[in-house]
Amino acid sequence: MSAIDPLAANPSGARPSERAMRRHLGFMIGATVVIAFVLLAIFAPLVSPHDPFEQNLLLRLKPPFWHTESQPGYWLGTDQLGRDYLSRLIYGTRISIALGFGAILISGLIGITLGVVAGYFGGWIDTAISTLITTRLSLPVVLIALAVVAIVGGSLTVVLLVIGLLLWDQFAVVARTTTLKLRSAEYVSAARAMGASRAHILVQEILPNIRAPLIVVATVEMANAVLIEAALSFLGLGVQAPLPSWGLMLSEGKNFMFFSPWIITLPGLCLFALTLAINLMGDGLRDVQEARR
Amino acid sequence: MAGFLLRRLALAVFVIVTISLITFVLSHVAVDPAAGVAGDSATDEDIAAIRVLYGFDQPLITQYFSYVTNVLQGDLGRSYLSGEQVSDLIRERVPATALLACLSIVFALLLAVPLGVLAALRPNSALDRFALTLAVVGQAVPNFWAGLLLILLFGVNLGWLPISGSETLAHFVLPAITLGSFAMPALMRLVRAGMIDVLEADYIRTARAMGLPEQTVLFKYALRNAVLPVISLTAVQFGFMLGGSIVVESVFAIQGIGYLAWQSMSRADMPVIQAIVLLISLAYIVLTLLADLLNAALDPRIRVTR
Repeated sequence: MSAIDPLAANPSGARPSERAMRRHLGFMIGATVVIAFVLLAIFAPLVSPHDPFEQNLLLRLKPPFWHTESQPGYWLGTDQLGRDYLSRLIYGTRISIALGFGAILISGLIGITLGVVAGYFGGWIDTAISTLITTRLSLPVVLIALAVVAIVGGSLTVVLLVIGLLLWDQFAVVARTTTLKLRSAEYVSAARAMGASRAHILVQEILPNIRAPLIVVATVEMANAVLIEAALSFLGLGVQAPLPSWGLMLSEGKNFMFFSPWIITLPGLCLFALTLAINLMGDGLRDVQEARR
Repeated sequence: MAGFLLRRLALAVFVIVTISLITFVLSHVAVDPAAGVAGDSATDEDIAAIRVLYGFDQPLITQYFSYVTNVLQGDLGRSYLSGEQVSDLIRERVPATALLACLSIVFALLLAVPLGVLAALRPNSALDRFALTLAVVGQAVPNFWAGLLLILLFGVNLGWLPISGSETLAHFVLPAITLGSFAMPALMRLVRAGMIDVLEADYIRTARAMGLPEQTVLFKYALRNAVLPVISLTAVQFGFMLGGSIVVESVFAIQGIGYLAWQSMSRADMPVIQAIVLLISLAYIVLTLLADLLNAALDPRIRVTR
């Protein structure tokens, strides 16, 4: 898991200008690819040429279009059960995107709440929450996720919950550090002097101003979540068949990879492209924030 | 420093107790341990008898304390599947995982340190951009996919290296590259950032002004200071590798702890899962503790602020 330096983020928490982001090549490439994947996920039923679950054993392991033995109408070939690979890859986008966004929603909610409360109130609350953060940082995430999923049983919901409940630490670290700095800012003191409630100060004054560094954390954790889900599913402990998770497709395809190498290349490439795009977006946002400092 | 050490030690104990509690409760609530011990062909009467015999009918807290007492005496229980002592199963598998982790970290450092130093010497050069691109790309490659691609390329197409098993040192080359590539980007970025910072420091300018040879300045003064934080990150990455070894060992069928973990997780062999989670977490916690202590020893501010 990448360490995130809260100081590298914009301390004022101001939103990075759109123009600076548009000029950042890495960010633009990353954002374009992520948006493309999100659109694919949303419109999967419209763009998929076939039903991703429909089996045709007469059309098993047909190669993609660049091979001479490819089957017309099956652009990226078929899997070991004769299911259209392109359609499965498109539907697989849904799982990774839903998992990625779902996991950061859960972990963001937990981490940001803990971090803001610790940073704002300080004292024993901060000590208790900091201990919780250090405890979480001391846990080997992949191992714990695997063990819990193995014990409780794998499904998309369980995987989502487990990953969401594990990846909140960096949100908490960054939210706490940035809130600590803002606690004594003039506009926060002014709101306090005007008799604003604690909830108002936290939600209306602090939260909007620590948004920028937290978005960077969200990108890092989203990429992590996508990779952890794929790893769990690859090991047969995550999303269960016949759902087309890219990790599960890699796992199912590995027995056939010696004669049909594309069967592992394609889902791996999708996974790689999505993770790389999210990371490029995150790096771009961080660069823009640093430049504004 | 003593206070900091005590605080961190207490936290390490707290974490390991928490982990043991979570795995124990989950493996006794989510599944029926009596059914696990009895096996697939057992009748309801057999399961009921085993529940009493093994004390699974006792309150959970009593069972937990008896589990902890046994663990502290080195008794990790018996595998539901093979009936073997879990401690024996683990002892047999430790060497393969330790060798894999060591080779992986060596591979990662051999790539990260020279590349980080060269990139730092000429920031924004083509080499620097290549190194940073490699880091970004490296972080996005799922290690199980990388492992499969390496098997196809070096094992099947070129036939240079074995693709499965752990009999010889050659069996560890592809897994070590797979696992090491995962740790390399973070280490390389840290070496690069550290070197750029150090090379701008006054004492380096002074050393250069004194006419010291560039090699002496780079390796004796700059690198020595830049790699200090890398040592603690290496310890943390070593811990990550123990977790990552589950995936890589299962891809390459290396008979290590990771493979054992995967096998036991796939078959719900609870005593083995509990023991491995506890063991790897313990190793991970010790390594992060070492990293923290190292950082505290190097940077007094950490001792004060924590």
